[in-house]
Amino acid sequence: MTVSIQLEVNGKPVQAAVEPRRLLVHFLREDLGLTGANIGCETSLCGACTVLLDGNAVKSCTMLAAQADGASVTTIEGLAQNGELHPLQEGFWEKHGLQCGYCTPGMILSANYLLAQNPSPNDEEIREGLKGNICRCTGYHNIVEAVKYAAERMS
Amino acid sequence: MARVLGTSIKRREDPALITGRGKYTDDLKAEGMAHAAIVRSPYAHARIRGIDTSAAEALPGVLAVLTARDVAAAGIPGVVPVGWLLPDLVTPAHPMIAADTVRHVGDAVAVVVAEDRYLARDAADRVAVDYEPLDAVADVVAALEDGAPAVHEEAPGNVAFDWEIGERESVDAAFASAAHTVELDLRNNRLIPHAIEPRAVLASYDSSTGEMTIHMTSQNPHVHRLLMTLASLGMPEHKVRIVAPEVGGGFGSKIHHYADEAIVGLCSMKLDRPVKWTATRTETNLTDAHGRDHSTHCAMALDADGRITGLRVDTAAAMGAYLSTFAPAVPTYLYGTLLSGQYDIPAIHCHVTGVFTHTAPVDAYRGAGRPEATYVVERLMHLAGDATGLGPVEVRRRNFVSPDAFPYQTQVALAYDSGNYGPAMDRALEMIGYDDLKSEQASRRDNGGKQIGIGFSSYIEACGLAPSAVVGSLGAQAGQWESADVRVHPTASVTVYTGSSSHGQGHETTFSQIVADKLGIAPEAVEVIHGDTDLVQFGMGTYGSRSAAVGGSAIVKSVEKIIEKGKKIAAHLLEASAEDLEYEDGNFRVAGSPDRSLGLGDVALQAYLAHNYPDDLEPGLSATSFYDPANFTYPFGTHVCVVEVDTETGSIELLRYAAVDDVGNVINPMIVDGQLHGGLAQGIGQALWENAVYDESGQLVSGSLMDYAVPKIHNLIPFELDRTTTPCPHNPLGVKGVGEAGAIASPAAVVNAVVDALAPFGISHIDMPLTPEKVWRAVNS
Amino acid sequence: MYPAQFDYRRAGSVDEALGLLQEHEDAKLMAGGHSLIPMMKLRLAQPPVVIDIGRLDELKGISEAGGSVRVGSLTTHAEIAASDVLAARCPVLAEAAGHIGDAQVRNRGTIGGNIAHADPGSDIPPVLVLVGASVHLQSPSGTRSVAAGDFFQDLLMTDVGEDEILTHVEAPALGAGTGAAYLKFEHPASGYAVVGAAASVTVQNGRCTAAGLVVGGVSATPTTVDVSSLVGSDLSDDAIAAAASGLDAEDPIGDIFASGDYRVHVGKVYGKRALAAARDRAS
Repeated sequence: MTVSIQLEVNGKPVQAAVEPRRLLVHFLREDLGLTGANIGCETSLCGACTVLLDGNAVKSCTMLAAQADGASVTTIEGLAQNGELHPLQEGFWEKHGLQCGYCTPGMILSANYLLAQNPSPNDEEIREGLKGNICRCTGYHNIVEAVKYAAERMS
Repeated sequence: MARVLGTSIKRREDPALITGRGKYTDDLKAEGMAHAAIVRSPYAHARIRGIDTSAAEALPGVLAVLTARDVAAAGIPGVVPVGWLLPDLVTPAHPMIAADTVRHVGDAVAVVVAEDRYLARDAADRVAVDYEPLDAVADVVAALEDGAPAVHEEAPGNVAFDWEIGERESVDAAFASAAHTVELDLRNNRLIPHAIEPRAVLASYDSSTGEMTIHMTSQNPHVHRLLMTLASLGMPEHKVRIVAPEVGGGFGSKIHHYADEAIVGLCSMKLDRPVKWTATRTETNLTDAHGRDHSTHCAMALDADGRITGLRVDTAAAMGAYLSTFAPAVPTYLYGTLLSGQYDIPAIHCHVTGVFTHTAPVDAYRGAGRPEATYVVERLMHLAGDATGLGPVEVRRRNFVSPDAFPYQTQVALAYDSGNYGPAMDRALEMIGYDDLKSEQASRRDNGGKQIGIGFSSYIEACGLAPSAVVGSLGAQAGQWESADVRVHPTASVTVYTGSSSHGQGHETTFSQIVADKLGIAPEAVEVIHGDTDLVQFGMGTYGSRSAAVGGSAIVKSVEKIIEKGKKIAAHLLEASAEDLEYEDGNFRVAGSPDRSLGLGDVALQAYLAHNYPDDLEPGLSATSFYDPANFTYPFGTHVCVVEVDTETGSIELLRYAAVDDVGNVINPMIVDGQLHGGLAQGIGQALWENAVYDESGQLVSGSLMDYAVPKIHNLIPFELDRTTTPCPHNPLGVKGVGEAGAIASPAAVVNAVVDALAPFGISHIDMPLTPEKVWRAVNS
Repeated sequence: MYPAQFDYRRAGSVDEALGLLQEHEDAKLMAGGHSLIPMMKLRLAQPPVVIDIGRLDELKGISEAGGSVRVGSLTTHAEIAASDVLAARCPVLAEAAGHIGDAQVRNRGTIGGNIAHADPGSDIPPVLVLVGASVHLQSPSGTRSVAAGDFFQDLLMTDVGEDEILTHVEAPALGAGTGAAYLKFEHPASGYAVVGAAASVTVQNGRCTAAGLVVGGVSATPTTVDVSSLVGSDLSDDAIAAAASGLDAEDPIGDIFASGDYRVHVGKVYGKRALAAARDRAS
C-alpha cells in the first residue's frame, strides 16, 4: 500500500505517494534528492539526519514520511536565503566547526533550533542543547565556538 | 605578498559541506542502480550446512542472491588479502563470502540485490542459512589458553605471529640491578572507529567496455583498487576506477580492504548494472576493523637516581578472525618501536603475540600502535614517579632524551631525528597552573569529598611511515612514498593531483597553501584534486598522519621542478642565463637586474605556446614527483589532564585539558588545532567511555550507539592548546604530522589523572574505560 | 534501518483508533513513534498494522483540573519540560522530561508513548510513581484509571490492555511546603537513566511531614523506597542518607555498563542527593 502525503519542503509544496514504512530521511534523500540530511546510526542517537519540522528539530530517521504529512520541513538545503549563508553556516565555516562534514547539516539545524529557543546560550547551554548530535571529528570545541559566533551575529 | 604558510585560511572544502551539497557515497545515484543487502552470520563461529536462497529469490524485485558458490563459479580470486607480512606470519585465507565456516558475528554468507534497499533487506531476511554453531573465543587472553576453540586450523593455539624487538638479556640485567621497579598488567580496550559515515560503495560495471567505476568510502583509492582487482575480483587494474567522493571520516577504518566492497563489485559484474550498498551502523560496527585490544604485562627498572635502566613489555594483541590489511604491522612495528617514548632508555625488550579471535578483525585505528605504546610507557612513568618519590614531572624530566642527543638512536630501531622535550613540559605546567592545582588537591584530600587528580602524558609519535625500503624490509607489501603531479596552466593557475586522499582533514586548503607559498601566487589560484584513480596517478592515501609530511613534500618537490624549468624558459625569453635567474613572489628575475623579470603567467603561457622556446626543452609546465621520506617524523608533546572524581559513585568529571604539542612547522594553525581536538576526543573517549565488548559466545554486546559510548558534546570540555616548534629536519616543509597526536597522548593523561586523584585509596591502576562502576569498585576494594 | 512492511492507518479520533485496534490483531499504536520506530528499524518489532494516533488533538496538552494537572498522552517531552502549568504545580515532572534523550527526541517523543513502552531507564516513570499520578486508559467498554505505581508491571510491560488507548496522565499538584527533585545518572551512550531518583519532601512549620523517594533504573519497574523515617525528623544529611540507604531491589537489572549491585549503590547515593535537593527546595 502507499500513503498520499502533502507537505512543504524548504518552502516548496511536495506531493507524493509513499510506502508506509518509508522513513522521512529516505523520502528526503532518495525521493526528493535532498541528501544533506545524513544517516549515521540506526538508534536515533547520532542526529546526522536532523531537520526542522514545523520549526522544531527532529530526527528524520525516527519518523515515517507519512507522519510528516501536512508539515513544513526545512533541510540544510533550505537554510541559506537568497544565496546568503545563514549565520550558523558562516559560523561553522569561520570557526572550523566541521571536518568531514557528515554531521554538519544535522548539527547546524539543531543549533538553529537551539538559538530559536535561546538566542544567547552560554557554553553549557550549547553543549546541552546539542547533545543529540554526534561529531566524531572535531571534539566539539569549535562547534561551540561556531554556535557562539552565530548567536552574536544574530543578536 | 601576504604570508600563506602558517596562516589560518578558512577551508575551501566547507561551502559545499555546510549547505548540504557535498556528495558522499550514499548520496550518489546511477541509472539503473540496484541495492545490495548482505546476509551476515549471527554466530561467532559456526559451520554452514546449507543455504536456501529460494524464498529470497522468489520475492518480486529481487535481482540476485549470491553465495560463496557464485564467487567460486565466477572464477575470481575471491579473497581479502593481508598487506603486511611478518616472518612466520600465519595467513589463513579470508574468503569474500564465507563458504563453509563463519568466524565472527557479521561474517558475510550471502548477498541479495534488489530494486530497492528496503526490498533488499526484506529478501536478506528470507535467506535461510543452516548453521551448526561451534564454540567460539572472543577474548585475546582466553584465545591463548590450552584447549581454546581454534579460529583457524592453520594457526595452532590461535597464534598468528610471535614477534620481538630489543634485547632480552640486557633488560634482564637492568632489572637484576634496579633500585626501583614498577610493573603493571593492563588491557588496552578494543575500540570501534565510528566514522560517522558508515562504509558504502556504489559499483558500476559496464560489460560493453569491461570497465567498472567504484565510488566508495576510501582513505586510499589506489590501494583499494590494487587489492580489489588483484586479490578479490581478478579484474585488470586499468579497467577499474575507484573514486572516493566526500568521505565522512575514517580514522583508519576506511584504509582497509573489506569483503563487502568486493562483494558489491561482484554483484555489479554479475548483473551488469550499478549496485549500491551502504552499511547500517550495526553492520559497520560488526565489520569495520576495530582498534587496539591488547593485553599487556609491562615493567620498568630504574636506578637510585630515578633514571630508567630497562623496560620489559609482553603483549597479546588481538587480530580478530582474519588478518586485515595492515593488521600485523600495528602491534609490532608501530608499537614495539615506540616504547622508548621521550626517554633515554638503555635497554628495552618487547614481545608480542598476535592472536586470532572470533571477532571482527583488528587493524589501524587513529594512532595505530602508538597510543598503545604511549599508554604503556606513560602509565609506567606515573608509577615510576611514585616509586622513586620524584613525582610525575621530575621523573619524566630526568629521563628525557637530552636536546643535544639528536639524532637519537633508540633501542627499538627508531632513530629520532629531532626533539626538545623540556620546553613542552614547562609550557604545559605553566598553562595548567600546576602548583595551585597541587595545593587544591592537598586541601581536598584533607577535607574528603570529590577528589581531583592531575595526569601527565609526554608522548612521542612516529608519523609518515618511511622510508619505503625500510618498510619493505619489515614486511610491508607497499611503498610508503607519495606522489604529486603539479600542473601550471597557461594562465598561471595551478592544479595539483595528489595521491593523498582527504576525508575531513582539509587537504585541498592545506595543499593549496603549500603551492601558493612556494609559487608566490594566491591560494585561490590552486586547485587540488584527490581521491580518484582515473585522475590521479598511483598514490598511497591518507593515514598515519602522513599527508602533510609525505604528500605535502611531494608537492614541494614538483613545484621545485617547475620553478627550475620555468627559469630555463624565462632565461631564454630574457636572454639571460638560467643560473642567473631567481624566482620570488611569482616572478622570474635576473639577479641584480630587477627590471628584467617575467611573471609566472608569462612563462607558463610561453611554455604552452612554445613559439619562442629553448631548443632543448619540452613544452609544458608541469611536474610529477614521488617523495620517499628519509625517515619517520617525530612529533611530541606533553599533555596534562585534570579530573574530579566523585568517590561516592566513581563518576569522573573532566575539569581541564591542556596540550602542548610540537608538530614542527604548521601550515594552517586552525586545521592543526582541529586535528588535535578530534584526536583528544577519541583518546579521552577511549579512556573514559569507549569499549567494544564481546560476550563469551562472541556476540558484540556494544554494537550500537546505545551501548558504545562515543564522546558527546556535553561530556567534553574546551581544550587548551599551545605549541612548541621543532621543525622536522629532513623534509622540505619542516612539518611532522598531527592527525593522531591527540589520540596517542590523551588516554594515559586521563588515566594518570584519575589514578592520581585516587592515590589516597592506594589505587595504582584501573583498566580503561574508567567507567564509574570500575572506579567505585577500586575505591571500595 | 529499514522497517518491515506494514499497513498504515491514521486515526481521526480516539473512537476510530479503538475501532481500528479491535479490527486489526497485533496492530501497534504509534504516537510520536520514538519508542516504536527504533524497534521497527531494527526489525525487533514487525507489526502488521500501525495505527497512527499522532494527530489526535483530544490527547494533547496540559491543563489544570481540580488539584491535579492533566497531561494528554500525546504531549511531547519538550512541551512538558517547558510547561508553565507544570512549573507551578508539579515542576518535578517537567524537570524529568527535560532530562529525556535530547532536544530532537523531546520534540517528538510523547509521555504516553514513553510510559507505554516502560523502559526501565526512562526518566518519567519514577516521577509519576513519586507524585502519585494516575494513568488513564480508554477502551470500547469505557475508561479507567490506574495508579502509576500499579501501571508499570515488568520490563517493558504495563497495565495497558490490548484494546486500550492511554489517553492522559493526571499528576496531583505538589502541596504547600513540598519540594521535589529528579536526579539522573545518565548512560554515556544511550542517554537513558542508569539510575534516576525522584524525591519529594514536605516541610510544615519547620518539620518534615511527608517524604517520598522512587528510584528508576535499578529494577524492571520504579522502586519505591520507604523513607517514612524522615517524617518528623530534622532532615539532616545523616537522616536523609539513612533513609535513602533503605533502597533495596531483589533482582536488580545490570548490563555491561553498570551491574545490579552498582545500580543499587548509585540509587542510594542519588536517592540521598535527590532527597537533599527536595529538602532544599521545600524550605
